[in-house]
Amino acid sequence: MLWYAGKRFLQMIPVFFGATFLIYFMVFAVPGDPIAALYGDHPPAPGVIEAVRAEYNLDKPFIVQYLLYIGGLFQGDLGTTFSGRPVIDVMAQAFPITARLALLALAIEAFFGIIVGLVAGLRKGKLFDASALVISLLLISVPTFVVGFVLQYVFGIQLGWARTTVSGAAPWGELILPAIVLASVSFAYIVRLTRASVADNLGADFVRTATAKGLSRRRVVTVHVLRNSLVPVVTYLGVDIGSLMVGAIVTEGIFNINGVGGTVYRAIRLGEGPTVVSFVAVMVIIFVLANLLVDLLYAALDPRIRYAK
Amino acid sequence: MTNPETVSVSSDSSNEETPLLKIRNLEVGFETQRGLVPAVRGVDLTLYQGQTLAIVGESGSGKSTTAQAVIGLLPGAGKVSGGSIEFEGHDLTQFSDAQFAEVRGSQIGYVPQDPMSNLNPVWSIGFQVEEAIKANGIAQGKEARQRTIEVLQEAGLSDASERLKQFPHQFSGGMRQRVLIGIGLSARPKLLIADEPTSALDVTVQRQILDHLQTLTRDYGTSVLFITHDLGLAAERAEQLVVMYKGKVVESGPSRAILENPQHPYTQRLVAAAPSLASRRIQSIKSAKSTDDSVRIFGEGSLDEALIARAATREASADEDLIKVSNITKVYEIRKQGFRKDKLLAVNDISFGVKKGTTTALVGESGSGKSTVAKLILQLESLTSGNIEFDGKNLAGIKGQELLEFRRRVQPVFQDPYGSLDPQYSVGNTIAEPLLAHKLGTAKERYNRVSELLDQVSLPQAARHRYPGELSGGQRQRVAIARALALKPEVLVLDEAVSALDVLVQGQVLNLLTELQTELELTYLFITHDLAVVRLVADNVCVMQGGRIVEAASTDEVFENSSNPYTQELLEAIPGANITLGA
Repeated sequence: MLWYAGKRFLQMIPVFFGATFLIYFMVFAVPGDPIAALYGDHPPAPGVIEAVRAEYNLDKPFIVQYLLYIGGLFQGDLGTTFSGRPVIDVMAQAFPITARLALLALAIEAFFGIIVGLVAGLRKGKLFDASALVISLLLISVPTFVVGFVLQYVFGIQLGWARTTVSGAAPWGELILPAIVLASVSFAYIVRLTRASVADNLGADFVRTATAKGLSRRRVVTVHVLRNSLVPVVTYLGVDIGSLMVGAIVTEGIFNINGVGGTVYRAIRLGEGPTVVSFVAVMVIIFVLANLLVDLLYAALDPRIRYAK
Repeated sequence: MTNPETVSVSSDSSNEETPLLKIRNLEVGFETQRGLVPAVRGVDLTLYQGQTLAIVGESGSGKSTTAQAVIGLLPGAGKVSGGSIEFEGHDLTQFSDAQFAEVRGSQIGYVPQDPMSNLNPVWSIGFQVEEAIKANGIAQGKEARQRTIEVLQEAGLSDASERLKQFPHQFSGGMRQRVLIGIGLSARPKLLIADEPTSALDVTVQRQILDHLQTLTRDYGTSVLFITHDLGLAAERAEQLVVMYKGKVVESGPSRAILENPQHPYTQRLVAAAPSLASRRIQSIKSAKSTDDSVRIFGEGSLDEALIARAATREASADEDLIKVSNITKVYEIRKQGFRKDKLLAVNDISFGVKKGTTTALVGESGSGKSTVAKLILQLESLTSGNIEFDGKNLAGIKGQELLEFRRRVQPVFQDPYGSLDPQYSVGNTIAEPLLAHKLGTAKERYNRVSELLDQVSLPQAARHRYPGELSGGQRQRVAIARALALKPEVLVLDEAVSALDVLVQGQVLNLLTELQTELELTYLFITHDLAVVRLVADNVCVMQGGRIVEAASTDEVFENSSNPYTQELLEAIPGANITLGA
């Protein structure tokens, strides 16, 4: 297992370089001059643009720019934004907020999704199951911002239980409502996934054998159905960690949260190469780590999946 | 159908006792959108303490449903709609879930059919046995662990204590079935339901397991309700037989009486079709030593006379070898921990020839390398060393047009009729696909060819528009055969092509294959683990064990005077082989 994890860590090196290179290239290839765009309709004195370009190495060929960026990276320098703030400061401010939001959402969707899915799967065809399916379909088809505005209106304005916007520091408590919004679509998928998996496993031969052994229904469900049903759910959750980090952009917009999504969006619009690449690189690493975590969890849940030591 | 003849299943000595299990007029149905579909329609049976009773029938006969009703394990939509199941005087049909939980395991044990799917893959073997012991209050804590080891040892796992922490996938099929038998008997139930407990296993393993089960249940005085589709197996293992057909009992009584003198036409067909018995029949017809009695027993109501006639007159033809295999070896590399690799010698230096128009059977148990040989001949795997010649031409390095031509002439039929057909393809498209792949004929010609093929495999023309999901196992295998025949091949490689089928269907497919062979002058390479089937279809036999051919001879020689101990072991393991003739 350790050997396997080590191997996977080594695999992250080419993934990291490949991803940063590609993203850097894409930012570079975006048409338009980011510096000229900064000044909008009021062109600065001639020579200023050139100077700013030189400061950000934008006058050099692409590959040199990339190598300079990577060189800086190894000295702990991720470059600066066009407003002169070190990228690392921006990251230190944005990532913890989004991470809190994503973790809360993950916890909500996993906990409630699995419970609702399990009950629906056990009562396939009954009222609870039918309602769960309809609600999940609704959550999947209605856009996130609609769910967001509705919850914001009901809980924030009508009932006054939560703040409609999140303050700058974004403490855990204020993030609960946004996390519910962010989790809604994934929650629906997890309900459906768990339900299908549970219903499937209920019909499995080994479940019948477990019943034939004389086990109680409760034990059959918790010991023999649930654990087997979690494997596909865990896969989904793993992939979802990544999407929750990135996909928070809409939710962050609705609740005015100063997280990763908004920052990257602004950086892309401004053409701030180092900012975009640094953020995306961290996300790539999160994706890879989440996938590694899923693979290790797999082995814990299902002994048939074993990795070479 | 005529009213089933009611024969008392009790033996004289036990008439006085109350039966352990008394099923009267049992009716079970499955709820569907079109209402209740009956699966069991008025079944009566009586089982006394210490007896073994076998329910025999093909799939869909309701035999498993009857057994599942007894232990309250009917699948979701199943429902007992009438009659009673009395177990020690209590009517099980009136039991609540909680009452059933009390009886299951401790009073009624259950050994399921497929050892591969009946153990939970995510829990260790020890856990799953211990769980049963604890649930039935046999022992708790440390004692339960100790008891787990004992149970597994009794079931025939001598190294049980070391293997408790291992998982089902680390056990072979036979070992898993031993675990399941251990679980079923762990609480010393009075009744054990064994639902086709060995049909997924190799013959020799099947025999060992059944012998062991017999010993255990005899020692514990357990009554056994044995479910099987193989009449030979049932007759060998049970004193009493109940033959079911379409949800009804058509015949019941002592095994020997039914075997010697089947009354109902369906039972007569079953006796005729059971490969184990049919091979005995051929044996007795051909063998000068046979007594009149044996001819009488095994000659009854034979439907497959053509098959037997062909098998009886079979001579090895003198033609050149169409397929010639010389010293082939196949080594697989298995990845081990880290970068190390292990070598697995799947096929070890074997040679044999297949003559035109004949059937050569490759026989062996799982892991003997027989399927690998098929893949090597079909050019689906590359040789490690050796040569395969087809029609005088070496197949090494064959590619492009030549390979396509070879594939046209040599076609495979695989074991699983459920897995080898694309569920999204209609039967017509499935059969026409090889023609398309080889760009043969116009659309009209292909249409006609499909019609012709459907006729050849005795499927109705309407089947063209149906999908595999709507067909039975036997029909699917006919489609697979039609697809293989589409290109007018010379050789069919049949990899366990009838192993997944019920006896009667198996008989029909074997008949079909024999007819096609005569009609189309086909050459068969028949891969199977079932020697009984070999007797029916093969001219020559190669017995494989551990990647080698341990015996190669004509079918007659193998069956009549094989000197090889392994072949003899296989022969003895044929169910029904131990039934003494004309006693």
